[in-house]
Amino acid sequence: MMPSAKRTLSDFRVFSRGYLRNKFGLFFGLIFPVILILIFGAIFSGNSSGKITVYTQNQDTGPFSSPQMNIAAQFVQTLNGTLPDGTRISDTWPIRVELVDSSVNFTKYLSDHSASDGILIPAGFSADYAAGQMVNVTVYGNPTSSTSGIVSGTVSGVANLFNLQRFGGSTVISISSATVNTEQTQYVDFLIPGLIGFSILVSPMFSLVNISSEYKKTKLFKQLSLTPLTKMEWLASKVLFYIFLSAVSFLLMVAVGIFAFGAHVTLTVWLIPFLVLGPMLFASLGMLVGTVTKNPETAGVIGNIVTFPMMFLAGTFFPISIMPQYLQSIAHIMPLYYIIEGLNAVMVYANYAQAVIDLAVVAAITAILFVAAAKVFKWRES
Amino acid sequence: MNPVEISSVKKYYGDIKAVDGVSFTVNKGEVFGLLGPNGAGKTTTIEIMEGLRKRDEGTVRVLGLDPWGNGYELHKKIGVIPQEFTFFEKASPREAVKYYADLFGVSVDPVEILKEVLLDDSANVLFENLSGGQKQKMGLALSLVNSPELLFLDEPTTGLDPNARRVIWEVIRGLQSKGKTIILTTHYLDEAQQLSDRVAIMDHGQIVAIGTSDEIIAEHGSGERLEIRGSKKLANYIKANTELKVDFEGKDLICIKLDQKIDALAALAAAEQSGLNWGEIQTRRDSLDDVFIKLVSGSMDEHGEIKAERSNSKSPNTGGKR
Repeated sequence: MMPSAKRTLSDFRVFSRGYLRNKFGLFFGLIFPVILILIFGAIFSGNSSGKITVYTQNQDTGPFSSPQMNIAAQFVQTLNGTLPDGTRISDTWPIRVELVDSSVNFTKYLSDHSASDGILIPAGFSADYAAGQMVNVTVYGNPTSSTSGIVSGTVSGVANLFNLQRFGGSTVISISSATVNTEQTQYVDFLIPGLIGFSILVSPMFSLVNISSEYKKTKLFKQLSLTPLTKMEWLASKVLFYIFLSAVSFLLMVAVGIFAFGAHVTLTVWLIPFLVLGPMLFASLGMLVGTVTKNPETAGVIGNIVTFPMMFLAGTFFPISIMPQYLQSIAHIMPLYYIIEGLNAVMVYANYAQAVIDLAVVAAITAILFVAAAKVFKWRES
Repeated sequence: MNPVEISSVKKYYGDIKAVDGVSFTVNKGEVFGLLGPNGAGKTTTIEIMEGLRKRDEGTVRVLGLDPWGNGYELHKKIGVIPQEFTFFEKASPREAVKYYADLFGVSVDPVEILKEVLLDDSANVLFENLSGGQKQKMGLALSLVNSPELLFLDEPTTGLDPNARRVIWEVIRGLQSKGKTIILTTHYLDEAQQLSDRVAIMDHGQIVAIGTSDEIIAEHGSGERLEIRGSKKLANYIKANTELKVDFEGKDLICIKLDQKIDALAALAAAEQSGLNWGEIQTRRDSLDDVFIKLVSGSMDEHGEIKAERSNSKSPNTGGKR
């Protein structure tokens, strides 16, 4: 018997139609993850004042012949939104300067404070400025961070102001940018991959635990076995459906994340293998749980035991790194952990070396679970 | 070649002999009823024929195929309603028929098939909203999608109200008149009698009687008898004054076995002679019910459903739900 795409699609059609008619499934599959993004995003979009804190090190410690000659201090004051003459520039000034002692190693300080933005004013800044010599201000930033653009824009604005004031627009203060290695991201940036993982887990898992145990109990499988539909075609149609659902859910969540919270996520083809393998992995796992258990009640309990810890500990709602070490170790045995880590690596950190490792782990687990599910799952009993 | 030929089929579940040496043949175009109490082995037998279950011993040929080994081929040629038929909750009969047609790779008019099972008026109602009878009709519709010559109906009316049952019967008679061969299991005596050309009575995994109703009654029944409403005293009087075999069955019912018709005259003469009161008289033969109860060591409840009364608690009395 050759597998038939026509039969698979026919089953896909009937199943997806049933799914769409079932408000419950639709809610949990598509609406619920979006609600979670809205809720968690709103709760944790913490700095509601809107000001970005920027660590600034002023290495220009003088000496100054008069306070007026301390141009560096005026520069810092302006960076903070107040002109040298004491007038406020704007109430919505985007950054707040947090001065760092001039003796510390600035890059190390930034990394220790998980900061993605920093400004370094070099020694001799005031003297060079007064003498009309080129002086360079370094802006530290992380290309993946949404704040970096705002900070560097603000600094060059202030630098332009100083250039204009003194030398009629000739460039004395130049800006160079440096990349910080620390990855400070907004909570919502991280929340999106986490909740995409959540939806990749929850829909196929719960649904297949339920379907495979219910169909066994009500003998729907037996009935289907009396048609030319094969169990692999049936399984393929379910996997296809949940890949499709995850893709829709993914687009919804990314759209909400970007439009509601200005999330910074990268969309690349790298996401595709995760969005394909993830639903396949959990559809297989759900199938396995539903098949090996005796009845739908037991299946439900086992399904929850497997699913719930993963739902919270695999990096869905908060980063693994804030958990105690023993919980982190537990997270490492959860398949979802690797999916979410991989999604983060691709969408937030652009760390493709990490993504490849995660993808390999996910692919291996998926293959094992799929083969096991296909083997254990029987159309008919002997 | 007959559509179904099975011989010495056995299926054991541990110590339980679900099917214990069953043999029969089903002829083309007939409705064959497998009748028996819950747990008699009907469903196991029918599932072995459908290729849903593997037999332990014996030979089974269905449309010339071995159902277990060639199930995939066989299923394209037969129609089945499993016991307690169920379907996707959110699909309508029309969609279900279309789905089956796609799976079987045939093109059918869903409305035409639904008309055949008297369900065209609910073609677009979701399965979860159909009544019990309508659900069974949808099952019948699905079993017809691949235009099978041979149909297996496993307890098609169990759990339905009397009206719904009659409608299903009507549908089954319609299929019969189109020349389809139908194998039907039931634990309703009237259903077996109403629908079947031949009946096999199963009990404890074995066939205890097989044939047309008349053949079974002739073989296993006790022959004609005269029943007279009267007292025990009257019974004793008749017994004393004739050569007849007289039984007083309580509740004023006297039973007299008639070896020949003329015996009735002797009995009535004796009754009249006694000077005692006697009421209604009738002659009776064993019905299939009587024979059934005799054979199956069970009884019927008020719905005509057979209740097995078994002291043997090991019996596989699980309602055929295996």
